[in-house]
Amino acid sequence: MTLFIVRRLLSAIPVLFVVSLMSFVIMWLVPGDITAVLGGADASPEEIERIREQVGLDRPIYERAIIWYSSLFHGDLGYSYLLDRPVVDAVLERLQVTLSLATLALVIATLVGVLLGVLAAVKHNTWLDQGSMIAALVGLSIPDFWFGIVLIILFGVTLGWLPTGGFVPITEDVLGWARSMTLPALTLAFTQMGVIARMTRSSMLDVLNQDFIRTARAKGMRAHTVVFKHALRNAVVPILTVVGVTTGVLLSGAVVIETVFSLPGVGRLIIGSIQRRDFPIIQGGLLVTASVFVFVNIIVDMLYGFFDPRVRDGR
Amino acid sequence: MGASAEGLDDGLSLRTEMRRARRRRLGQLALRLLNHRSFLIGFVILVFFALVAVFADLIAPYLPNKNNYRDVLTPPSAAFWFGTDAFGRDIASRVIHGTRVSLGIGFYVALLTGIFGTLLGTLACYVRWLDALVMRTLDGLMAFPGVLLAIALASALGPSAINSIIALTVAFMPRTARVVRAAVMVVQGTQYVEAAQAAGAGHGRIIFRYILANALSPVIVQLTYVFAVSVIAEAILSFLGVGPPPPAPSLGNIIADGRTYIQEAWWIAVFPGMAIALVVLGLNLIGDGLRDIIDPRQSSQH
Repeated sequence: MTLFIVRRLLSAIPVLFVVSLMSFVIMWLVPGDITAVLGGADASPEEIERIREQVGLDRPIYERAIIWYSSLFHGDLGYSYLLDRPVVDAVLERLQVTLSLATLALVIATLVGVLLGVLAAVKHNTWLDQGSMIAALVGLSIPDFWFGIVLIILFGVTLGWLPTGGFVPITEDVLGWARSMTLPALTLAFTQMGVIARMTRSSMLDVLNQDFIRTARAKGMRAHTVVFKHALRNAVVPILTVVGVTTGVLLSGAVVIETVFSLPGVGRLIIGSIQRRDFPIIQGGLLVTASVFVFVNIIVDMLYGFFDPRVRDGR
Repeated sequence: MGASAEGLDDGLSLRTEMRRARRRRLGQLALRLLNHRSFLIGFVILVFFALVAVFADLIAPYLPNKNNYRDVLTPPSAAFWFGTDAFGRDIASRVIHGTRVSLGIGFYVALLTGIFGTLLGTLACYVRWLDALVMRTLDGLMAFPGVLLAIALASALGPSAINSIIALTVAFMPRTARVVRAAVMVVQGTQYVEAAQAAGAGHGRIIFRYILANALSPVIVQLTYVFAVSVIAEAILSFLGVGPPPPAPSLGNIIADGRTYIQEAWWIAVFPGMAIALVVLGLNLIGDGLRDIIDPRQSSQH
């Protein structure tokens, strides 16, 4: 198991390298540069030249790449001249909001999705099965940011039960935090529930048709023990794969949902920076989000090993 | 004397026979698809929206960008089916024209994803030394959450329809290339490919007639889903202001307008979102149907 974990961790290195390279290249592709923003519209050529030197834009591309990588190894993602603070600080400060939103959504989506999928598989070919699968399909067809707006109109504007946006830190007011996170987390979870439910159902159906389930039933084991202990445990690997993919979708979904609900997360920081053309923040935010995604996938891989010994020992 | 004439004759009739059989199989496939309930529903939905997109100019009751300051923020009525926005523009007309933009962008993303995904996936399989390089690059691209990568690229390239298509294609193509590579790998190991190689068939013939012809069904299914996801992702790009620029309507930027007037005019945001949801539902139903029928191994139906 240790060897397996080490191998998985090592396999992240090339991926992280490509990720950091991509973050660098995307910003290099950008037409126009930050000097126009920093200097203002009426900046003189000398002033622009001075800013270019200060930001390092006057250096050739390979030198900038070397600087980018050497700072990366020191945990330095650059400096945002518009926010006047290091990128790392700005991103990490916002990361907790994004992560708590994504985690909350992941928990809701997984619990409801798996339950719905198991129910559909056990009651195969009944109205419950068809109903939950239609609900899942409709759920994954609805654009989540729009669903969030509909929820705001319904629960925020019309009924007035929950706030229409904004964020309360959990350290200040737990109830206020819960109220401010309810609609965003539900919104984010909604579409992914359908994906998880569909995969759970098909994976469970495969397992429920196998001989060892018939044996377990034949020896008089209780129905829910068979379903949850024997069947679900064996159906878990495909479900995990989907949950892993889901986490990536949730992370990028959070970007948009934060904008809809005015939550101060990394996503809103990136979007705001796109509008301000604050490229160091965009670059750093992208890199951090992608790295989180890479590590989530490693954790999912390790869970495979935990649930399925063949993965651990195989190859 | 009979041998050669007979052989010629046999060859001709065999070819006609094969052509007939192929036509019969295609006919049966179409019939099976139309008998598949969810495929049929999805197909009807998609055809409806495709017609709306194509004939947008004829269907839309008003010009989509026409300001009308006498009817600002009016709720849905007989005159304005989906109400009007803060400039008095007719939401129904904007949704109809926005459908054209969304479907168009989604279609091109699916098409380009299909072309480049197939190209890269096949190349990686066929040219051995490229495999690791191509696949590691794609892994790196896939490490970014797809929509986030598209947002960053679209913002770097600048807001336009073409840049949206490029950004979304780059974001979604790696996964398709993986599907192609996996499918090609399976087919490459089969005996009929070996037989074709032994018979001296050229690379082009082997790739197109033998490998791709047999590996494409999972890719076609996948592309339907790419189409669906692209329609949503395009809406996200325009919602955030990095898609096709206003005032030209796209379903996403109408929703963004509605977000601003969320307190007083629910109809601005609600109707374009419904259009997106229906289009995507249609595409998902088609995808499920295709998967059940042309790629049964992937099917979840039992």
